[in-house]
Amino acid sequence: MLIKTNRDGYCQPLPSEITSQRVYEERRTLVKLMASGVAGAALTAWASRAAHAQAPTLTPRPGKQPALPSVKSSLAGAITMEKLTPYKDASSYNNFYEFGTDKADPARNAHTLKTSPWTVEIEGLVKKPAKYTVEDLLKLSAQQERIYRLRCVEGWSMVIPWVGYSLSELIKKVEPLGSAKYVEFVTLADPKTMPGVGSRVLDWPYVEGLRLDEAMHPLTLLSFGMYGELLPNQSGAPVRLVVPWKYGFKSGKSLVKIRFTDKQPATAWNKAAANEYGFYSNVNPDVDHPRWSQATERRIGEDGLFAKKRKTLMFNGYEAQVGQLYAGMDLKKFF
Amino acid sequence: MSALAWLQPAVRLRPLLRHRLTKPIAFFLSLLPFCWLLYAATNDLLGANPAEALVRATGDWTLRFLCLVLAVTPLRVISHTPALASFRRMLGLFVYFYVVLHLLSYSWFDMGFDVTDIGRDIAKRPFILVGFSAFVLLTALALTSFNRAIKALGAKRWQLLHRLVYVVAGLALLHFFWMRAGKNDFAEVGVYALILGPLMGWRLITFIRKTRR
Repeated sequence: MLIKTNRDGYCQPLPSEITSQRVYEERRTLVKLMASGVAGAALTAWASRAAHAQAPTLTPRPGKQPALPSVKSSLAGAITMEKLTPYKDASSYNNFYEFGTDKADPARNAHTLKTSPWTVEIEGLVKKPAKYTVEDLLKLSAQQERIYRLRCVEGWSMVIPWVGYSLSELIKKVEPLGSAKYVEFVTLADPKTMPGVGSRVLDWPYVEGLRLDEAMHPLTLLSFGMYGELLPNQSGAPVRLVVPWKYGFKSGKSLVKIRFTDKQPATAWNKAAANEYGFYSNVNPDVDHPRWSQATERRIGEDGLFAKKRKTLMFNGYEAQVGQLYAGMDLKKFF
Repeated sequence: MSALAWLQPAVRLRPLLRHRLTKPIAFFLSLLPFCWLLYAATNDLLGANPAEALVRATGDWTLRFLCLVLAVTPLRVISHTPALASFRRMLGLFVYFYVVLHLLSYSWFDMGFDVTDIGRDIAKRPFILVGFSAFVLLTALALTSFNRAIKALGAKRWQLLHRLVYVVAGLALLHFFWMRAGKNDFAEVGVYALILGPLMGWRLITFIRKTRR
């Protein structure tokens, strides 16, 4: 019999799922080797094979981007067993308004995005403000594969194997002050490379935000890759956020600044239409968007044209893991 | 007439309008979007979300045919081409054809033909209600589009009834505007407004001129 406990808000891992210290340290060495550039192309190939051997469930690579080796995450709730959305769909059906409002636009236009050199500035109410290069960030913690459901506020969903690590790893490094209550995520707004930034659809740059405890939740992912490879530009390269229990627009793409504040950040969609997009925007089948129901969703690439739409789950199915963050809150009011 | 010099080439094409093949060709051309959508749907050419693509494309084509049918009378009068009138009913029925496909796509792909869900959706979402109202009005127009209906109603009453198409144009534009409002993306809505606006404005001006006389 399988006994699951939600004592700490998420299921405890089985002892057999916990990586032994020896294996863990081996991986660290491997990552350090690769990060320091000692490992040549051959070693990288070997390392990625080794990574596959450690976690046989790793996703087959589409081969469109350089590989980003990772190990399967053992965090409770981090790996859904659902069928993966085909890479073709996940990389051609995107909302990334900086490259156009049509969902086919980002894949067409985002090739202009320059992802190197890239820095992410950490500022605001932290002890250690810093400017990280994306190379620093890549090796800040071990890369894990996490297979999350992604639910768009528009009523469709995907299942995507992301590569990254918990944002909390970075947050711990910069040591937020006691006064920090929120985290603001600022994304790139470069009119030279992003044709959509000229439009008046939203206020640029696109800003998103989380409460500090939401940002610290282990499921909140700082992601660098998907499908075993670096992120394609249209998916938010070189580094983005993935918050699986919130509507997709909460997960900012191509991050350039992470700011710790004591005030709730003014987020892009909330500013554009406050009655339609709340600050929290947790996936919630019981709170409809003013213009459409959120009770059901269409799974891209899986549900056929004539299939009935599937039921949307509370917190996108992550209620056991994140429900306690909102205990006692009126989710109809704080939508 | 010199101000209308740009219409000269069209005027020269006038005899073609009366050719016996012109109507079948127009009919066939009007069916092309439908044929393309059918082909694209069965060959996986509609992208990651084919249901959404079909709902949107059928809505787009409804609006386009609405623009076409509303352009018939102004063009006929301005260019002195009475033959254009004979295309009006066919184009109007194509508006209805595409709006039926639009409603069908929505009911089927979005709502799984669940009548209670559809009813609830119409009551809940103003933009669906507006779209559905336009459909109901268009149904009345389509049902009275035959010669016998015109005779039964009498030309005056029939014309009055069919002026409802102006209301339909307003509702359709509002429906589209509302749908795009969430994305603050009004570029395409603006294009349709720029086409429908002058077509309606011309009618208003001719109406005012007539009543003043």
